Amino acid sequence: MSRIVVHGLEKSYGDARVLERVNVTAEAGEFLSLVGASGCGKSTFLRILLGQEQQSGGVVVVGDQPIVPQPTPQRGIVFQRYSVFPHLTALQNLLLVEDFRSGGPFGRVFGVKRRNARQEADTMLERVGLAHARDLYPASLSGGMQQRLAIAQTLLGRPQILLLDEPFGALDPGIRVEMHELLTELWSEHGMTVVMVTHDISEAFKLGTRLLVFDKVRHDPQFPSAYGATITYDLKLDRKSRASARDVAKVAAMVGTTRLDSANATAAS
Amino acid sequence: MNAVPEGGAEVPRAPRRRPRLRLINATVSRGGALFLGALPFAAVAVAYLFASAQRLAVNPSDKLLPSPAQMWSAFLDLATVPDKRSGDLILWADTFASLVRLFAGVGVATLAALCLGVAIGFIPRVRAFLLPFVTVVCVIPPLAMLPILFIALGLGETAKITLIALGVAPVMVRDIANRVMELPPELVAKAQTLGANSWTMVLRLVLPQVTPRLITCVRLALGPAWLFLIAAEAIASTEGLGYRIFLVRRYLSMDVILPYVAWITLLAVITDWLLVRLSHVISPWAHPVQDK
Repeated sequence: MSRIVVHGLEKSYGDARVLERVNVTAEAGEFLSLVGASGCGKSTFLRILLGQEQQSGGVVVVGDQPIVPQPTPQRGIVFQRYSVFPHLTALQNLLLVEDFRSGGPFGRVFGVKRRNARQEADTMLERVGLAHARDLYPASLSGGMQQRLAIAQTLLGRPQILLLDEPFGALDPGIRVEMHELLTELWSEHGMTVVMVTHDISEAFKLGTRLLVFDKVRHDPQFPSAYGATITYDLKLDRKSRASARDVAKVAAMVGTTRLDSANATAAS
Repeated sequence: MNAVPEGGAEVPRAPRRRPRLRLINATVSRGGALFLGALPFAAVAVAYLFASAQRLAVNPSDKLLPSPAQMWSAFLDLATVPDKRSGDLILWADTFASLVRLFAGVGVATLAALCLGVAIGFIPRVRAFLLPFVTVVCVIPPLAMLPILFIALGLGETAKITLIALGVAPVMVRDIANRVMELPPELVAKAQTLGANSWTMVLRLVLPQVTPRLITCVRLALGPAWLFLIAAEAIASTEGLGYRIFLVRRYLSMDVILPYVAWITLLAVITDWLLVRLSHVISPWAHPVQDK
């Protein structure tokens, strides 16, 4: 149902090629971590999956249909920033999901439907630990609370595929660990396919069931943007046992990260 | 800094004088701000009183700089004594006529700004269709169109309201369109993943997000709107604040003109304040600091 098949995917902006020859198949329920150097096109890949951008070539099949080049409720998204609606309170942000889904031309549900939606929203707020903040606007929530709200909102949309674009990139390390736990719990409850872009290699190893590294394999010194990135490394991960230090070091070297120490520390712990 | 000795004898003392801060860092206390803010008003008032007293001392029937008492009695006459010919209280009749024109014109412009601005900003096809046209209309000087409007629409209310609307609408449309185009694409994408269509996104995302900007737009547009109102009234009208000022100008009645200008200023300030309050009531999320 929520399988993703990508075959021969290419993406160029004018002369500059960002992605080329990307082939990957993700089964339903997998958790894909995407890592790679800055500007290697992993976020572009995610935006193509989202439907915000259109590929220049190749096929992307989500479920059993070629992808529609616009965002749909089939795929949910959490961005690093701007993920919740600033003009709505926490509760209203969650009610908006039902309002959009079955609110008709007014974009708002009424009566019994609204009461049910409110109940569902309250349960979800409780679930992500935001019950005390239900009537606050996002501007007065901390970064971690905003991301929790964003994840709650996206999950209420019941997407088959959850796309995460560096969702925890702007959070403090302590909050990040909390968010990892929350995300892991919600993922095992809902069982959707997850594709997460991250800069943090330890996060990629910790959360994913599979890790994909994006990198360029061909280089043209005269015209650096002639060739795009592709998937250079595809590693199955076992979430129960920790990753081997060798794998972590290898991936860190590929990505050229400066966070090798923290990555190694995760593997060793 | 050296460590404080064991005995704790040397506690750093507060400096006697406050350190000199750079101009941009020296903040102003509440009272200080009130004082500084009142200063220019007081300066103008004092300068006027001085000049007026001097002229009146030389020539008691001088009309150019009337004393406050003269202005007040003239203003009170207009506000409370019915006009001999029409039986109206002139000040209120003028104010009512002018405000109806002003709000009708700005109201039409606001509605146009909202509909066209949102459509141009949100829907690429409408943008391609209308943006070049609006951009060109924007640079036509509205007062140059005034004769056209009077010829085409007659000398009645329609021409005046149209002038105000045409004068302020194009800028407002462009501003709202820009604001809509500046909406974070993340929010628009997210709304679609939650099942929104173009129309429900306009209702639940775009309109609430541009409302604060729209109110700011109206506040900024009211300045030019007054200008167009008074210009139109000066040329062809039988009542209105602008009409009155230009009428009594023939008799050098500064004792009427000056209070009328002050009255218009007061009306403009009250309108502006009400719009700010309205923005706080409608879009509390856009004013987080002030509401705390």
